Amino acid sequence: MKVFKALLSLFISIGVTVALNQPWGSVPALGRLLSPFEGFWQNAETVGQSSEQTISVKGAKEEVTILFDDLHVPHIFAKNDYDAYFAQGYATARDRLWQMEFQTHAAAGRISELIGDRAVELDRYNRRLGMAYGAEKSLEGMSNDPVSKSVLDAYTTGINAYINQLKPADYPIEYKLLGYAPEPWTPIKVAFLLKQMTQTLAAGADDLMMTNIRQQLGPALTANLFPDYPFKEDPIIPVGTRWDFEPVKLPNPPPNTETDSSVALNWQSHDPGIGSNNWAVGPEKTATGYPILANDPHLTLSLPSIWYQVQLVTPTMNVYGVSLPGAPGVIIGFNKDVAWGVTNVGADVLDFYRIRFRDNQRQEYWHDGKWKPVRRRVETIRVKGKPAVIDTVLYTHHGPVVYLPEDKPFRNNIPTGYAARWIAHEVDNGVKTFYLLNRAKTYDDYVTALSYYVAPAQNFVFANAAKDIAISPNGRFPLKWRDQGKFLLDGTRAANDWQGWIPAAQNPRVKNPPRGFVSSANQSSTDPTYPYYINWEFETTDRGMRINQRLTAMQNVTVDSLRHLQNDVYNHQASKFLPVLLPYIQEKDLSDPQKQALKTVRQWNYQQDTASVAGTIFMDWISRLEAGIWADDFPDNANRPLRYPNTDRTLQLVTEEPTSRWFDNVQTPNRQETIQEVVTSSFRATVDSLVKQHGPLGKTWAWAGHKGTSVRHLIPGLDAFSALNVQIGGGRGIVNAAGRRAGPSWRMIVQTGPNVRAYGVFPGGQSGNPGSPYYLNMLETWRKGDLYELLYLKSITEKSPRIQSTLQLTR
Amino acid sequence: MLPFLLIALLSAVAQLFLPWWSIALVTFGVCFWRSKTGWRAFGAGFLGIAVVWFVYALLIHLQTDGILTGRMAELFLKTKTPVFLLLITPLLGGLTGGLAGLAGRQVRAVFRAKPE
Repeated sequence: MKVFKALLSLFISIGVTVALNQPWGSVPALGRLLSPFEGFWQNAETVGQSSEQTISVKGAKEEVTILFDDLHVPHIFAKNDYDAYFAQGYATARDRLWQMEFQTHAAAGRISELIGDRAVELDRYNRRLGMAYGAEKSLEGMSNDPVSKSVLDAYTTGINAYINQLKPADYPIEYKLLGYAPEPWTPIKVAFLLKQMTQTLAAGADDLMMTNIRQQLGPALTANLFPDYPFKEDPIIPVGTRWDFEPVKLPNPPPNTETDSSVALNWQSHDPGIGSNNWAVGPEKTATGYPILANDPHLTLSLPSIWYQVQLVTPTMNVYGVSLPGAPGVIIGFNKDVAWGVTNVGADVLDFYRIRFRDNQRQEYWHDGKWKPVRRRVETIRVKGKPAVIDTVLYTHHGPVVYLPEDKPFRNNIPTGYAARWIAHEVDNGVKTFYLLNRAKTYDDYVTALSYYVAPAQNFVFANAAKDIAISPNGRFPLKWRDQGKFLLDGTRAANDWQGWIPAAQNPRVKNPPRGFVSSANQSSTDPTYPYYINWEFETTDRGMRINQRLTAMQNVTVDSLRHLQNDVYNHQASKFLPVLLPYIQEKDLSDPQKQALKTVRQWNYQQDTASVAGTIFMDWISRLEAGIWADDFPDNANRPLRYPNTDRTLQLVTEEPTSRWFDNVQTPNRQETIQEVVTSSFRATVDSLVKQHGPLGKTWAWAGHKGTSVRHLIPGLDAFSALNVQIGGGRGIVNAAGRRAGPSWRMIVQTGPNVRAYGVFPGGQSGNPGSPYYLNMLETWRKGDLYELLYLKSITEKSPRIQSTLQLTR
Repeated sequence: MLPFLLIALLSAVAQLFLPWWSIALVTFGVCFWRSKTGWRAFGAGFLGIAVVWFVYALLIHLQTDGILTGRMAELFLKTKTPVFLLLITPLLGGLTGGLAGLAGRQVRAVFRAKPE
């Protein structure tokens, strides 16, 4: 009996302890997680603690001092460049280790290792796309350059110096929740991070949908509805700018560019919420007589924050700005002489080539009159708790065959049986661009730095204390015949291949234009006089036009007036559409609530602010109107994806072609619908749906609540670590582009001059730890449209009351 | 009283160096060495661990303004009140400790000729 009792109690005790020490499905190991000695409690950080800390770490060459200011921004003072990047790696890992590793795992197709087989298709997709292949090429490019290699090595060593001193109790909380441990950092992870940026910003493609449309409508109507230059445009390089170069010869298009897309599916299209604004105002228009530069990149708003502020000081540089956790150097920032910023270009740098294999063995494919060998690359996807998945990807000279005809693609938009030719597969050395920009003194330094840049192509805006301003849509652009890659391409014909590159020196660029400012908001890079083809479609020009109108009107520009412009919520699109649409509404067909809503819209001043009701109605209405016009002509079909003409073309249609056939609903053969009917019925549906959603017209319809901007943690569904329903105005197509999930991920304004002053904010905080007071501390300032002055220390001896703690790294 | 104090002290020290489950070893050991009844062994193990976990958790909670405790309470319990987490934490540690204490006592009993 005693023995039985002893064994039973022992069994229960061990059973309970073991059970609490391991995860159950998505429930983490509770004993470990709740233990105050090693669980989540250990991640709680004390508020307002000032401290002096000296840590000896392996890898630093000399002593490095890191001063942390009141926003927890590290100011790194190193005696040599190597140590600066070493310390940047160390400090970034200290605040963002989980994020930097998770993002590179995602890019590398390694999420299944963390969460099991539900991520296998996602991982397979990233690998089939050639993310790993591209990262290896990038690493090759960076390793061949001694400067970039040294920067990568220093940064990597710094991250590992931090990882090596961690005990499990110190791991960031996400490791504890998901139940894994950090692995050593390697230089290729930097390449993966940059690939992920390229995937976010330069992997959108409509080639397949456009091909389906061309098959349905023929080339002439397709060109009419999907034109190569917008109806309304104000391009980045001002109209009238002269191209002071002798262009290289353009390749000739093949006589027949038709392709068959019978088996095709399609590709992720670009998220219109992802874009950016930047501008620089020249000395003649500013109050101080020195240029002012502003930038706000719009990305999917996520936590830990996308950006990490840092100041790097060595004998060769003193730069401040934001970095991407996982990549060395400053991406957007300033030094005492220059400031720079970026927005996305949206170049067509991803094309699909239909592959003709010799037979089912798929050992050879037909190209340029010859059978050429197919290379095979084996991808091993490790899966948590399951055997690894082995995937063989076929490579042609174009690139990887993303999905074979018999595969079911992960995304509904990927053409099967096509190879992807993508800029991300090129050898590149992007780290060098930022290395040089961080140290730039003159306009020429900026031009030199840009020549190293490959992808994702960016509009690099520039200003300096020598009173220059400039902008350049810049990246490595393939040399193409016009519209090459607007549609799917036949991969057997050499004439369809990319034919080299636009020379870097001939990328569009403008310096000190007569209008006294430069700007970009993802619209067309140039007007049609630019001799080369970059893309046929860019973001709608609304933000760009609004910015240019405001900057044209402004005089004595200050940091504060530009801050107001960054937070401008004027709905330019509505100001173009509503005067045209409202007269078409047939009031006699409206119910009382619909009439009331119409009155609200008529009285609107186009301010898409938090309380705007008319703004809510317009945003909903415009998408219903587009569906009302186009859905019958371009029906949703999973096997044959199509898309609508863009909003600019729709504006042209309602403005200039009110009797067009497109207003007729082809699915009602006995009736001929008119523009009046489409406009009215879409308006009625909008109001009815909003009443259903929010009750009778009133405060509940307010824009900010309806939109529900949220800044979400990278782990889906982790609401407790997210900021939900942030009350902010603006949205898609508006200068303050705070949308539902995407928006200004960093706002910066730099006043250049003898004493540079800069201001910035991002929606989150410097720390990636949800248990830190610096996790979300900047959100409210961002929401209100305010900025913090950025503490730019000239030297380590400069005293500032904002310095709160010191960290010394010694050898 | 002595087993309770010993458990609290030894487990606190042990957890500075060893994984959380060292609490089970400590309570098992102490109760194996000295405990009067099964109930008392469980009680000493439970309280010895629970008090240490509670005090340490409370200290962290107060020092950090409860930033993380609030978020974790929302994550696990869908409530913004961190009080529940401050209760569940010692309960869980206490249960582990108590069961190990009981086991220590019962195993010891096997080796004894007569119960005390």
